[in-house]
Amino acid sequence: MDRLLSRPGGFTEDEYEPGAIPISNIENFRVLVIGAGGLGCEILKNLALSGFRKIDVIDMDTIDVSNLNRQFLFREKDVGKPKATVAAEFVSRRVPSCKINAYVGKIQDKDEDYYMQFNIIICGLDSIEARRWINATLVGMIDMGNPDSLKPLIDGGTEGFKGQSRVILPTMTSCIECQLDMHAPRAAVPLCTLATIPRQPQHCIEWAHIIKWEEDRKDIPLDTDDPEHITWLYQKALLRAQEFGIQGVTYSLTQGVVKNIIPAIASTNAIIAASCCNEAFKLATSSAPFLGAPGTNNYMQYTGDSGVYTYTFEHEQNPACPVCGNLPRDLTINPDTTLQELVDSFAERPESQLKKPNMRTEEKTLYYSAPESLRMQTEGNLKRKLSELLADGEEMAVSDPAFAIDFRYKVRFS
Amino acid sequence: MASDQTELPPPFQDVPTAKERRYDRQLRLWGAAGQMALEDTHLILINNGPGVTGVETLKNLVLPGIGQFTILDSSIVSEADLGVNFFLEPSSLGKFRADETVKLLMELNPEVKGHAIKEPLESFISQDKIFAPYTLILVTAPIDPAILSRIQLHAEALQIPTFYIHSVGFYSSFSIQIPPAFPIVETHPEPTATDDLRVLKPWPALQDFANQKTTGLETMSAHEKSHIPYVCLLLYYLEVWRANHDGKAPETYKEKAEFRDQYVRKGSPDEENFDEACAAVLKSLNPPTANSTVRAILSSPEATELTPTSPPFWLIANAIHKFYTTHNQLPLPGAVPDMKAQSADYIKLQNIYKAKARQDSAEVLTTVRELERSTGRAPKLAIDEKEVENFCRGAAHIHLVRGRPLQIVRPGEKVKFGDRAEDMLRELENPESLVKLYLAFLAWDEFVATHASSPEQAGGEGIRVPGDTDLGLEADGEKLTGIAHKLVDDLITEAGTRIEEPEYSEIREKVAAICEELVRAGGGELHNLASLTGGMIAQEVIKVITRQYIPVDNTCLFDGVESRAYVLRV
Repeated sequence: MDRLLSRPGGFTEDEYEPGAIPISNIENFRVLVIGAGGLGCEILKNLALSGFRKIDVIDMDTIDVSNLNRQFLFREKDVGKPKATVAAEFVSRRVPSCKINAYVGKIQDKDEDYYMQFNIIICGLDSIEARRWINATLVGMIDMGNPDSLKPLIDGGTEGFKGQSRVILPTMTSCIECQLDMHAPRAAVPLCTLATIPRQPQHCIEWAHIIKWEEDRKDIPLDTDDPEHITWLYQKALLRAQEFGIQGVTYSLTQGVVKNIIPAIASTNAIIAASCCNEAFKLATSSAPFLGAPGTNNYMQYTGDSGVYTYTFEHEQNPACPVCGNLPRDLTINPDTTLQELVDSFAERPESQLKKPNMRTEEKTLYYSAPESLRMQTEGNLKRKLSELLADGEEMAVSDPAFAIDFRYKVRFS
Repeated sequence: MASDQTELPPPFQDVPTAKERRYDRQLRLWGAAGQMALEDTHLILINNGPGVTGVETLKNLVLPGIGQFTILDSSIVSEADLGVNFFLEPSSLGKFRADETVKLLMELNPEVKGHAIKEPLESFISQDKIFAPYTLILVTAPIDPAILSRIQLHAEALQIPTFYIHSVGFYSSFSIQIPPAFPIVETHPEPTATDDLRVLKPWPALQDFANQKTTGLETMSAHEKSHIPYVCLLLYYLEVWRANHDGKAPETYKEKAEFRDQYVRKGSPDEENFDEACAAVLKSLNPPTANSTVRAILSSPEATELTPTSPPFWLIANAIHKFYTTHNQLPLPGAVPDMKAQSADYIKLQNIYKAKARQDSAEVLTTVRELERSTGRAPKLAIDEKEVENFCRGAAHIHLVRGRPLQIVRPGEKVKFGDRAEDMLRELENPESLVKLYLAFLAWDEFVATHASSPEQAGGEGIRVPGDTDLGLEADGEKLTGIAHKLVDDLITEAGTRIEEPEYSEIREKVAAICEELVRAGGGELHNLASLTGGMIAQEVIKVITRQYIPVDNTCLFDGVESRAYVLRV
């Protein structure tokens, strides 16, 4: 690697000076890795063997036996221990010159001062909520007078033989929120199907999960990692399936539906994590052009189930992005809709996905789900029609306590 | 509602075993059969050069539980190795790299057996039947092309899938040699691509059920109407359409759209089952003919010229071809997508499809048994009924890869592209194609074949890679570019054409820049590219071993500067 950094390349900029500068750049670069799971383990290894010396890792999870088929820094004896600590210790032991700090906890525990210390942030997460949070936080940290406030965000994700990696320069290029509709949740099965006309094994499992548990065991919080809880759901689902003549309820399917399991393998994690780290390496050393400069490609999609296919392209910034854009989005809606119906719809709208939306206009507060006092004050509005609360063309802000984002909508009555 | 008096199944029935828990996330992809194939595999890695990509590939195969692996590597661990290979530790210094990497890889999974061979490659390869114990071979560059040719011949004779791998700086490539007929049944198509409802060719049981569900459609209660399965709605409105159109079904896009908007939609403006029916019109109203790829596979020589020892795939393909000729449709897969309906109606509908699928599969099985007799197949080679059912279910999505031998440079001889020359030339003219990188790697191999070094240098065995010392950097760059430019010209000549300016000069410039990048790395691997390439190769190994999903045909290149992959058929 030092040899490569000491020589000019076929695609480096003319001003690139090989040698000591890129090598010392990389040694002093501070990297934050979010997630020490399938991608995180690979990312830590890759960074350590690419010359990065100052790494922090943050993860709130503990090690489960089903992690061992891909999270290669963990062994059977580590099951139950925190991922971040075990991963950091393992890599520091194998690559003694690399120092890795572990933090066991949530990214939301940390404030802007914490994130400000790093030069770059690499995410290997399976949750869209966490991605949205860190994305909004990094965009919010931008201070035009301080170039150091720009923290490039590299994000990877996988599912089965597929995955994607992307580079985000907050406010300068497309962010996670710009195309949130790409991560649209699967349409939920209507409750009435679960309650009265199940047809699929999944319907029986969701019935046990959402309805039966509440009926029989509402005082026990459901823990999807507890085999006794899964067994209980499985047995209830199986009985219901037998009653309706439905085949295919298994323990494995029960677990898959209840925990929303996404298939994951070592090889895909390796591809995506290495792609993320390759971009970090190029960014830190200027040894070759990186993905993500404004106006260039910033996103690679990888598909490995039929041959190998990558699609590398420029994801464009969305001017109506609630995080990094500044335009309100049009919301075309029937004026006879009630506020309650509108509130419910925000959970499913692919571009918002807000479960507890709070809504206000410049003039007044429409509805707040929390705190309790405000909720009581505003819940009367829920029954009212939108035509009584809003004017055609009026702007409305929608937020959710889970994210530091205001969605701006311009209401258009249909 | 389930009454609580009903007996619960015994606790912990079906609860996964320890092994199923460990492999849960992958079993959801390739299932128990795929896992068994993986566990029956013994792979050998012939690891040359820095050897990081090979070891990273093994990491991704040891974790999911490959049966056994062997690393052949006679080199000794150096300081440089420690900086780039994760499966070495400071105490490995000075020891055999094969021993050390095998030891640390085996820590990843106690179920997997690893073996190290430290014998030099030349003497290893000179032994008879040396590859007989192995089911898959990985070879990394740099390697003397004469030795690679011998490995290839062994592999071809024993039909062992073989991968040849390059990883240099920001670039990598791998080529796969698999047998000339490599059929796949379980291709795992997208779930949305597999619906096959046969609404244009309903069989009596299905039509009867639809008639029964739609009798009195105009007068039935709203509740009843809103629970008619959409398949029945489509069948009902098709009857109405046919009555108005001389018995013909909608064929063109325009007719289908009219059918949707003027017939189905008119039935109800907003019921969910009518929405589903409308959404299904365009994809469901297609005659159930097989696509051209599938038809070509079913009538390929292996399927028509059967022998007593033909692989089961080809006997079944022959039988399905006969089925297709008789009925002008493939056997019914039998799955029914979810649709709004009363539970009991949906189950009835499912059973109607399942019964027809069983009937079709039984007909194919009868033909298979006849073929077994007529071809004089030994009873111990009798084909499993399950295999026939499986094939029938996936018949519309089968795939065939025609494996080809690895392309290996022979110093002093022109590289030949043969029947691929014209296609390769088109690749050369396509700016998106990474064929220029492929040619640069061929040139790199030729450089290796024609330059020797003292045995102590990187790579050992007297092999010298371009850019290995700072002193010869410029000279090596010129030589490598010279070889690559000659390959470009040879390809143009073999294709019997020419490329005009300015394209010709642009191609030469791009090739030269790639060669400069390759020389810059001096044969060194970047860990990220090694890891990424090891991930891609492991995916391909899994696909080849499990015969599920579709493997690369036959060469994959990765450009870490632009971050993109490209597949070439060489």
